[in-house]
Formats: sequence, C-alpha cells, structure tokens
Amino acid sequence: MSGTTSTARSAQATVPAGRRAIAFLQRYGILIIIALLMAGLTMLSDSFLTPRNLLNIVNQSAPLAIIACALTLVIIGGGFDLSAGAVFGVASVSAAWLAVNVDPMLGIVAGPLVGLVLGLVNGLIITGFNVHSFLATLASSMVFRGIAILITGGALIPVRMEEFAWLGRGRVGMVNIAVIVFVVFALAMMFLLNRTTFGRRVFAVGGNEEAAILSGVRTNLVKIATFGLTGFAAGLAGVIAVSRISMGQPQAGVGMELDAIAAVILGGTSIYGGKGAIWRSIAGVLLLALIGNGFNILNVNPFFKDLTTGLIIVVAVALSAGRKRR
Amino acid sequence: MPEDAVRLSGIEKSFGSARILNGISLAFATGEVHALIGENGAGKSSLGKVVGGYYSFDAGTLTVFGRDVGHWSPRAALTSGIAMIHQELQLVPELTVAENVFLGIEENRAGVLTGSEQARFRALDERCGFGLSPNAVVADLRIAERQKVEIMRAIARDARVIIMDEPTSSLTADEADKLHRVIRWLRDEGRTVIYVTHFLDHVLETADRVTVMRDGRVVRTGPIAAETKASLIEAMLGEPADVAFPPLPPAPAADAPVLLEVAGLSSATGLSEVSLQVRAGEIVGLVGLVGSGRSELARAIFGADPSTGTVRVGGAAYDERSPRLSVQRGLAFVPEDRRKQGLDLVQTVRPNMSLPHLSLVSRLGVLKPRDERRRTAQMIEHFNIVPGQIDGEVAFYSGGNQQKVLLSKWVYGNPKVVILDEPSRGVDIGARRRIHNFVVELARGGAAVLLISSELEEVISLSHRGYLMRDGRIIGEADCRTLTVEDALFRLFNVEKQMGAA
Repeated sequence: MSGTTSTARSAQATVPAGRRAIAFLQRYGILIIIALLMAGLTMLSDSFLTPRNLLNIVNQSAPLAIIACALTLVIIGGGFDLSAGAVFGVASVSAAWLAVNVDPMLGIVAGPLVGLVLGLVNGLIITGFNVHSFLATLASSMVFRGIAILITGGALIPVRMEEFAWLGRGRVGMVNIAVIVFVVFALAMMFLLNRTTFGRRVFAVGGNEEAAILSGVRTNLVKIATFGLTGFAAGLAGVIAVSRISMGQPQAGVGMELDAIAAVILGGTSIYGGKGAIWRSIAGVLLLALIGNGFNILNVNPFFKDLTTGLIIVVAVALSAGRKRR
Repeated sequence: MPEDAVRLSGIEKSFGSARILNGISLAFATGEVHALIGENGAGKSSLGKVVGGYYSFDAGTLTVFGRDVGHWSPRAALTSGIAMIHQELQLVPELTVAENVFLGIEENRAGVLTGSEQARFRALDERCGFGLSPNAVVADLRIAERQKVEIMRAIARDARVIIMDEPTSSLTADEADKLHRVIRWLRDEGRTVIYVTHFLDHVLETADRVTVMRDGRVVRTGPIAAETKASLIEAMLGEPADVAFPPLPPAPAADAPVLLEVAGLSSATGLSEVSLQVRAGEIVGLVGLVGSGRSELARAIFGADPSTGTVRVGGAAYDERSPRLSVQRGLAFVPEDRRKQGLDLVQTVRPNMSLPHLSLVSRLGVLKPRDERRRTAQMIEHFNIVPGQIDGEVAFYSGGNQQKVLLSKWVYGNPKVVILDEPSRGVDIGARRRIHNFVVELARGGAAVLLISSELEEVISLSHRGYLMRDGRIIGEADCRTLTVEDALFRLFNVEKQMGAA
C-alpha cells in the first residue's frame, strides 16, 4: 500500500509529457468524443449542424438531462437511485389526472412535488432502515410503478389543453421552454453542488462517510436531501414529457433510470462516490443523444444503436478505471 | 535444542519513512512455544506478520525449515507449513465449523464435493479433542470456540508453525487457560507456536522461550525460566527514546475553570463508570495499553458512540451527545486512524480543512471561497504543510503532512476542548516535533486537551496529569511530572514494584 502511494507521488512530481496527455484525455475524454462525433456527423449529413437540429436534440434530451443532473448528487454522495423512472411515471399520471380533473396549472406544479415526496421517501427508507440505496430504490421503484397504475386504473389519460401543453411544446423565440427549464435547473444544481455548504457535505459523505460523521455532518440528512432532489427532478421531467405528448401513461419512463445512470457514469462521475461534476452528466446525456440522432440521420438499423451505446459505455468506464488504478 | 523451524536474519521493514523492524535476527525452534513481547509499537505484531507472509520484508533473509524463502505471501507461508491466527479471526461466519476448517482444501472430484467432510472432521477432532460440533454455524460460536476452529484449520493444513497474534485479548481468564492447554498440546505434538501478546502472566505461564522487542529491535531472547515479570518489564522499557519534548506550560491554577467534566460514563463499547476532569490550559493524558478503552472513551465523549453518564462542557450539561453537537459546543476530536476516520482522501486539502466549520466560511449556506482560501493558506503556513498548495491532493501527502491537515481541520474553529487520539502515530520526526509543539500551544491558548497515545513516554511527557486506564475503567490518577514510564507500566500490569526498580 505504501508502495503505490510513493509511486503515485513520484509520478506526480515528474510527469512526463506523454503521461500528462493521457491524463488530459482521461479527464476531458468525454468532450473530445462529443467533438469527434459532431465533426463526423457534420461531414456525413448536411442537416446535422443546423441550429434547429441541435436545439431539437437538446429539447428531446431535456427530461433525461434534468434527471441526470440531480442524480449526479446522489452518486457523488455515494448512493444509487433506480427509482427515477418510476417516479417519472407517477409524476406523469398525477400531473395528467390533476390537469384534467382539477386545474392544468396545478398539474404542472404537482408533478415535481409528487416526485420530491417520493424521493424523500426513498431517502427515509435508506437512512431509517440502513438499507443499501440500490436495494431500497429497486424495491421502491416497483411500489411507485404500482401506484402509477393504480392512479390511472391502467388506462391512459389524454390531456389536450393549451394551458398544459406550453411547458413541453412552447417556445420563446426559437428556444423551447423545456430547454430553458433544463438550463435553469442545471445551473441551480451546479450552484448547489459547488458553491454551497450542502454541496461540500455531499462530497464529504461520498468521499469518506466516517470522517464526515466525525466532522459533525449529519450524513443522513444529506442523503435524504439528495434523493429528494432526484425525485423532484424526475417529477419535473415527467411533467415536461406528459405536457409534450399530451398523454399521461403509467408506463412512462420505463428504463429511464438506467439511461440517467449511464449518462452520469459516461460523463466520468465516480460510481464510488466523492468525485464528479454536473457538467459531466450533461455531457453524458448529450453523447447518448448524439448517438441516437446520428443513427436517425444516417438511417441505420436501430439495433446497432444500443449495441454502440453499450460499447461506448464499456470503453468510457474502462478508461476511468485505468485512471483510478494509477 | 532441535533444529530451527524458522530463522530470521537481518530482517528490515519500513512503512514509508517509519522503520518498524530493524535488523531482526532470531530463530524459532521446532516444538517450542516462543513468546514475542514488547510495548505498543515495539514491532512484535509486525514481526509475526512477516513470518506469516502478511508483510513483505525489505531486507534480510527468512529461512523456513532450512530453506531460504523467495517470494513470500500468506499462501506461500501456508504451503511451507506456517499458519497465522489473527487478532480479528478470519472465518466465514455463515458457514459451519467443518466447512470453515476445510475451506479451500475440500476433497472433490472434478470440482464436485465428495461429502467426506464429516469423516475427515471426526478424524481431526479425535486428534485435537476440542469437541466442537462440525455442523454448528460459526456465527453462533463464542470467540474462544472460534479460535479453536482457526487452530483446527491450521492443523488440517498440517501447519507446523502457528503464529497467534494477541489470542487472549478477548478471552475470559477461564477461556485463556483452556487456550494455553491447547498451545502446550500443540508444542507436545512437535509444532512451533509463536505467541505474540502483551499479557506477561500468560507468557510466564505458557512460553518456553521469550523474545523481548523494543523500537523494532530484539532486546534479548532467552529461556522463560530466567525471567520474571519485573525483568521483562525492564527489558521492554530500555533507555528513554532519544526525543526531546517541548516544555509544558505551567499547570493551571486550582480555580481554573473545568472545561471538560465526565462522570459515570459507561458504554456498550466497554467503558465502565469513567469519570475525569480537564481544566482550561491543562493537558491530561490517558495512559493505558492497546485495548484499555482510551479511544472508546474519546468517541463516547464526542458522541460518536452512544453512552450513559454525564458530560459537562464549560460547566454546561451536555447530555444528548452527537458529533454535530460536539462541534457546535467547541469540542474537537482528532481520531486515531487519519485515513479511515479523519480525512476524505478523494478531496483536496481545502474542503478537508473546512468541513467541520463550514459556517465560518459561508453565509446562509453559500460558500465564501475567498475566506476559505485565506484560512486554508493560514493553516498551511501555521503547520508548515508540504506541499503547500491550497488544493493539494492530500491522498499523496506523507503521513506527517496528512496529520497536520487533520489537525488544521480542527484548529480552524478555535476549539475549547481538544481530544487527540494518537496524534503522532506513524509520522516522521519533524512532523512529530511540530505536533508536540501544537499540543502545548493549544494548552497555552487556554484549551483543555485530552491526549491519547500508545507511546507511554509521549503521553507522560506531554501531560500535566494522567489517568491510568485498564479494561474500560480508570484505575488511578497520576501527576505526570513525577510519573515515570516504569511506574506507569507497573501500575498498568498491576504488579507491586519490587527489587531495585529505582
């Protein structure tokens, strides 16, 4: 053990240029891959590098990106959330039902709040019963999905209302409102993580929980808050999606939690906690979206899309594991 | 004496800059019980681990049954016939006794178990005579019985040398007696037992020969018949270490306020009715051996473990204890394991230092990075931390500089009561001196300091007053300015001071 420490120290003292280049690639690799992919797609298709197509990509990814931003906090805090997709589903149908039966604006406001409550429930289960977050959210995701089906009785809830559709479909100038919501949310999360005492505590909980406790950090409250935020984000994403397709479905967002986790890890946030950044997760979402967009533009068999995505994740994770080892 | 089972010559071992074994030359004979004794940190456990293959060695040769070993690992040791039984037993609690005994050496045919375990176990048990049930689940056994499982496991692998590291530390007197009978039986079978312990009574009762260690060196090896408890203690002590301690500030006046007062503290971690007082400007040492409950006491006061009894901080009752409330009340606790409990090695220096006192560098929960950088820079300068970057990667720092970062983390908030658990463990001589000065600075600034160190010399030289601890209790109080290490050891081992100990 002392051996690895001393080699690491000497490596830091006299870093050869080649080594430094590799470190740079590992740190900013995700951005380089995105740039390469964009360059490639630009050459292959005239319709790729247009403001319209680019905005479209961001607009379509906005719900996933919102979830990924908040999920980053959970993962930096050393946790895992498998229930984001189910929370997304509950928030979708709750918002749709309220919009149809009570008031459209209430539906929009209720979605994120429902998500917040479910996220807090996750946090309370994890800290109260001392269950690993992976198991707790695996179980709660099934319960939440069941609640979503109960709310609708298994049916779909159509919501064709102007007062409801603006969130998912509206624009300010040429920018989609969903994109604006995403940007505001992402900036808020960045501020929270990097500029507040709460963010510091999130890093500390994920980096060394024992040390955090002995430093007077109430680690359970910090964890509950990160899960609450992710629930809020999943709810917000759910409302945007319902508003966009004008339909509340209990099965909405199935598998979305995995996309969000993939994006966070693809971006380079450490799955072991204590290390990561919001911008990385956004880059991860963007990369996933670009792959999808590329396959659409090039009209390739969509079967290859999952295959390619999977391979890219393996390579990205292997690269960051290499960084850890050295 | 029959031939040597294990022979060491010129064995050296260092961790970083700390040399823990220094030119060890020693032989363990076949069919003897050989005890290794010494003060905390003398190197006895490390030596056991080198022989058992758990530590590599930097220089020297290790000869096992007449052959020099090259690549050395627990596995290689086991194939050479050496098994080690650890302080923390290494059994799989969910498996049965028989499954644990034969773990890794199950009889199989092409990977399929033959189910002969019961018969094999019975044969083995006949030889050992422990009378353990093969189907009992290890998790349900008492510690003494688990040790028997470990011993059977060693015998099942035909170990001819068995190293036991503090095997009696968690046994009752009765269980220890039984273990000693087993140890003698092992010897009579012609096996070698290397017995690492700090219980001198057990050594005198059971060992054939004893090796006394001090500061990573062998003081002497000899037959047990030539030793007494007093002679062993004297050998463990040796000359005072060649370290100057800074002068202490004058002891506080009798009317100086009592900043920390503990009364009747008991806990599930083994504390029983502990009471003590520390005044402003006073350094109070907890003098005791490893396992005497010193760290547990520190954790209980700080609220890291639940406890019953009363604590008063600065005169005010402090009954609902938690680390958070302790920080708010001006307590600081530097834990013994800086890598596991103290620092967040994933983060840099700056967030590590500010973590307990984020309110000092923020307003309404929003950080003030300039204030934070300024304070961090001050601490780096104050403690002369190298490298001096505000956002240096603390994971790559030396032990001494990591320890300074950990201390800075608590000085940040100007604590009233400071509990230091092994503040100078594993640091180089320069950092050690700086840390000693820091302890004195704290007291001079009016803080109450509770100091824990396994090095008796250090804790006695740096304290005004000391409490002697054993088995989770305080067994006495002493004025550290007149206490000698020798007196302390005699009192801790609970023997009358005899002969020319003066």
